Amino acid sequence: MPETPPAPSPDPPQGPPGPPYADPSDPNATITPGDGGAMTLATSDAATLENGPLPGGTGSGKARSLWSDAWHDLRRNPVFLVSALVIVFLLLIAIWPGLVASGNPLSCDLARAQDGPAPGHPFGFDTQGCDVYTRTVHGARASITVGVCATAGAALLGSVLGGLAGFYGGWWDALLSRLADIFFGIPIILGGLVFLSVVPSGSVWPVVGFIVLLGWPQISRIARGAVVGAKQHDYVQAARALGAGDARLLLRHIAPNAVAPVIVVATIALGTYIALEATLSFVGVGLRPPTVSWGIDISNASIQIRNAPHMLLWPAGALSVTVLAFIMLGDAVRDALDPKLR
Amino acid sequence: MGRYVIRRLLQMIPVFIGSTFLIFLMVYALGDPIAALFGDKAPDPATAARIRQELYLDKPLWLQYAHYMGQILTGDFGVAFNGQEVTELMADAFPVTVRLTLVAILFEIVIGVTLGLLSGLRRGRSLDTGVLLLTLIVVSVPTFVSGYVLQYLIGVKWAAVSPSVSPEAPFGELLLPGVVLALTSLAYVTRLTRTSIAENSRADYLRTAVAKGLPRHRVITRHLLRNSLIPVVTFIGTDIGALMGGAIVTERIFNIHGVGFQLYQGILRQNSPTVVGFVTILVIVFLMANLLVDLLYAVLDPRIRYA
Amino acid sequence: MRPRGYGLAVCAVAALLAGVISGCGSSRGGTAVGAVRASWGDPQGPLEPANTNEVQGGKVLDMIFRGLKRYDPRTGAAVNMVAERIDSPDQRHFTITLKDGWIFSDGEKVTARSFVDAWNYAALVDNKQKNAPFFQDIEGYDQVHPTQGSATARVLSGLAVKDERTFTVALRTTFSTWPDTLGYTAYSPLPRAFYDHHEQWLKKPIGNGPYVIDSYTKGSQMRLTRWDGYAGPDKARNSGVELRVYTDNNTAYTDLQAGNIDLVDDIPSAQLKNVRKDLGDRYINQPAGIIQTLDFPMYDPAWNKPGMEKVRRGLSMAIDRKQITEQIYRRTRTPATDWTSPVLGAKGGYKEGLCGDACGYDPTTARKLIEEGGGLPGGRVTITSNVDTGSHRLWMDAVCNSINNALGKDQACTVNPVGTFADFRNQITDHRMTGMFRSGWQMDYPLVQNFLQPLYYTDASSNYGKFSDPRFDKLVDEANAESDTAKAVAKFQQAERILADRMAAIPLWYQNGSAGYSTDIADVELNPFSVPVYERITVK
Repeated sequence: MPETPPAPSPDPPQGPPGPPYADPSDPNATITPGDGGAMTLATSDAATLENGPLPGGTGSGKARSLWSDAWHDLRRNPVFLVSALVIVFLLLIAIWPGLVASGNPLSCDLARAQDGPAPGHPFGFDTQGCDVYTRTVHGARASITVGVCATAGAALLGSVLGGLAGFYGGWWDALLSRLADIFFGIPIILGGLVFLSVVPSGSVWPVVGFIVLLGWPQISRIARGAVVGAKQHDYVQAARALGAGDARLLLRHIAPNAVAPVIVVATIALGTYIALEATLSFVGVGLRPPTVSWGIDISNASIQIRNAPHMLLWPAGALSVTVLAFIMLGDAVRDALDPKLR
Repeated sequence: MGRYVIRRLLQMIPVFIGSTFLIFLMVYALGDPIAALFGDKAPDPATAARIRQELYLDKPLWLQYAHYMGQILTGDFGVAFNGQEVTELMADAFPVTVRLTLVAILFEIVIGVTLGLLSGLRRGRSLDTGVLLLTLIVVSVPTFVSGYVLQYLIGVKWAAVSPSVSPEAPFGELLLPGVVLALTSLAYVTRLTRTSIAENSRADYLRTAVAKGLPRHRVITRHLLRNSLIPVVTFIGTDIGALMGGAIVTERIFNIHGVGFQLYQGILRQNSPTVVGFVTILVIVFLMANLLVDLLYAVLDPRIRYA
Repeated sequence: MRPRGYGLAVCAVAALLAGVISGCGSSRGGTAVGAVRASWGDPQGPLEPANTNEVQGGKVLDMIFRGLKRYDPRTGAAVNMVAERIDSPDQRHFTITLKDGWIFSDGEKVTARSFVDAWNYAALVDNKQKNAPFFQDIEGYDQVHPTQGSATARVLSGLAVKDERTFTVALRTTFSTWPDTLGYTAYSPLPRAFYDHHEQWLKKPIGNGPYVIDSYTKGSQMRLTRWDGYAGPDKARNSGVELRVYTDNNTAYTDLQAGNIDLVDDIPSAQLKNVRKDLGDRYINQPAGIIQTLDFPMYDPAWNKPGMEKVRRGLSMAIDRKQITEQIYRRTRTPATDWTSPVLGAKGGYKEGLCGDACGYDPTTARKLIEEGGGLPGGRVTITSNVDTGSHRLWMDAVCNSINNALGKDQACTVNPVGTFADFRNQITDHRMTGMFRSGWQMDYPLVQNFLQPLYYTDASSNYGKFSDPRFDKLVDEANAESDTAKAVAKFQQAERILADRMAAIPLWYQNGSAGYSTDIADVELNPFSVPVYERITVK
């Protein structure tokens, strides 16, 4: 998703089937933001905005049972199994690309520029005469590292900030939400040029850091909404009445019930982050050689679409399969975590 | 309600100051723009110094910012390097981009909601799977790829539409770019609608409506769709801002002289008045859209009220 | 003759020829009959002659201004335009006499004062004209344009108006080929309206060239129409030119294919493979006065210590220019064998093969030389360039691959793309380079001096690598003092051999101008600056 920064996706789920967090029309919903009595305006606003997740009814109070239920479901879900297998395979070639492609992705022979498939080179050659197959396999490492690490980083930062905003409400919330608004406004190319040219380095980490920087507000909104929804539940009130501290409340009672939407959004975002790297490379600030990545290859291939479509097809195809696998995985995990679908 | 709106409007002030400062800082961090004005030649030091002085670039950052904000308060958004007033650039660019965004949003709403509704009602059937695959592919193909490919195929090979947009940018020419721009968001809208529909079709009030004997289309439009639109509306609301400012790649491919183009030029030439001015307007658009969406909730769901 | 009206017939014809069904829409609407629709880039700054230093603004100035001299679009030779004659007894003091009958399009006469005032305006530091250094050879420049502080004089002391058609110029040093530099647009005359109504003039510049500006919408398009009162010999052969701003040359090319535009003067590299198929013989590919080199940071001791000339020479020999220009550029670049340009011609100072073996591809010798010279600093080298314009990424990758293949190491050379041109320029001017960097030089005027002195003379304005060699400087000084052109050129070539010796910068290739045009127009040519000669284009 190259153009729109990863951030702007809004609060509720963008994702696959059924938001785990019910919207207000759900009869089970316990939030009625309008009459949020003790809550500050900002917080009640949050509730309407985010429609926090409601691990439906009262059944799934304990984290452990939720997780074990989910795992039980997942093991029998073919969608989960297929996507998990694909991901395992992708991780394998990311770690040991030599397993399936013994060539050197950096050895290129310009004489064969843009040639089609040849014996030993099933995917043909790119503009520089490099083997597309080898580059596609070797590109997995950087692209998947960017996807997974950026997602992990954004999810962590976003959940912590969003969780705190949702839990404490009031000024904290207004501050963090408006901060997120400012970050939504940063044009991705400006951000990329500033951040990635100030930190010049050939490795993937600046790119990961940059995506985390622009990606956290999205997840933070989701997490905030989820926490706001979860914290009103009876069991949380009960725990508080029993004298549980803030930390304990957040970690033991609220987090397990608010984590599902974050997982979902994060898995979708993972795909968009990998694609985002392609956009950054297109602008010239993404990963740079000798790093091999799908993003670099896709951006190089996109202008050659008329001359050598095979250059685009394979890395873009690999990216699509990865995105598909992660979205399907997220879909399955989300379904498994949603008690209402059970 | 009124108090709520006022409060939200007041919150825009710090966001306005914060975002202008952040963007100002970022353009500043890009470095000195003057050397690039001299092309491949070495800048003449005396001339460069004069230009810096004129543009306030020889002052420390905070003074530059204060000077800029002072200008803005008098309605002066500064001047781009080609001597054009930034307000003039905005007057040229925003109408074009607003039209482009309208096309994209309409496309998202009509096609996205329809596809989402259909697949949501037929969850698990082949139509649903087809739409799923389609949307996932759309999510994973970067805009510059779909842009170039569609431009070449539709604009040149089949010559169905003009491959680029003329300066006047009438709606007809914006159809293809609008679709390209909307593709990614379209996927989100489709899946959001589908999800929401699938979820709500099991709700009690729907069973009640069906039991009352209401006709099917009425149940779907008045009860199911209306209640399912909240997440979709939220998404579209935030998408407005993103589409307007994020159309950099699309506008470049189709040669549209809109906000994305001006922003891109401003960034490449490191012209802070242009970049800060445009981003500021975008942030305001973004905040307004968010506020509007919040107010729309109350329309879509009468249970939601604002104090 | 082109059909009238909205050009439906044109559309139909274009549609048939391009094999398209429709797509003509309203795009021809509004373009004057008999006018050329040409691609354009957004000029960076206001269109003042002494403030415009890039090609896009230069295109317009070349249409609306005529200076003392003009470079012949074919040969590049400087021929008198507004000047009747330029005399000098000593190569230092010049007397310039103007032809009678030249006027600006607002009716004002072009007089000696039109030039002297314009030059004084350009040189004065208060006016912040980017081309001010072009006047630095004139006496009194230091007073009107001091490096620091404010000007102590308002006018150049070396300029004096004798009568309405005569003025004199005193230079600070002898400069035999100085009159030949006067074809550059910075030396254009300016009407009083430029000073008296500056704001208005900027909105719609007034000049003395074959075209007048009809309308100018900044950032999107400019319409120029033929000026029937034009006094010069090169009257426009079409009714006007409509320049359209494109942000992406690929879009311009796509529009040419779709029949929305008549002339594209920058064929995107990705389309070079198809251009013959798409356009047939409506494609121009001819030498232009542009050379691309890879410069070394000679201010970095790692690149300047004794023995490094071998490494630099080895790197040059590791680049397979022929293959890269063929595969990547489809012969729109020619492998460079000296540091000038073929457009100068052998008489003008171009010397094919001056570089010798050092510019040929020889991986074995390359490896050997680099080893003898002590190897690459730190075992590796980078190529730095901006990637926001042009298609620099492509050749950077190709050159690095060529070097890596020659050296047998896959990471000896890596590319270092810089996101914006501005950032790249700052890194260069601040001397922050640590490896090779791109240096593209487009000549200001077709003189061998312009390819050597500004780039390699000690502390010269565009000597970014800080190359310095007293022998080179001495030869250039001698060449400039030489009144006989052939002898001057010989001296410059002697100086150039020192560059070959020390490999101060690796010549990569001479850049061609490339353009494509529609079936609606004919007689399209590019001048040695790779700018279309608009006034000669005829519209069918």
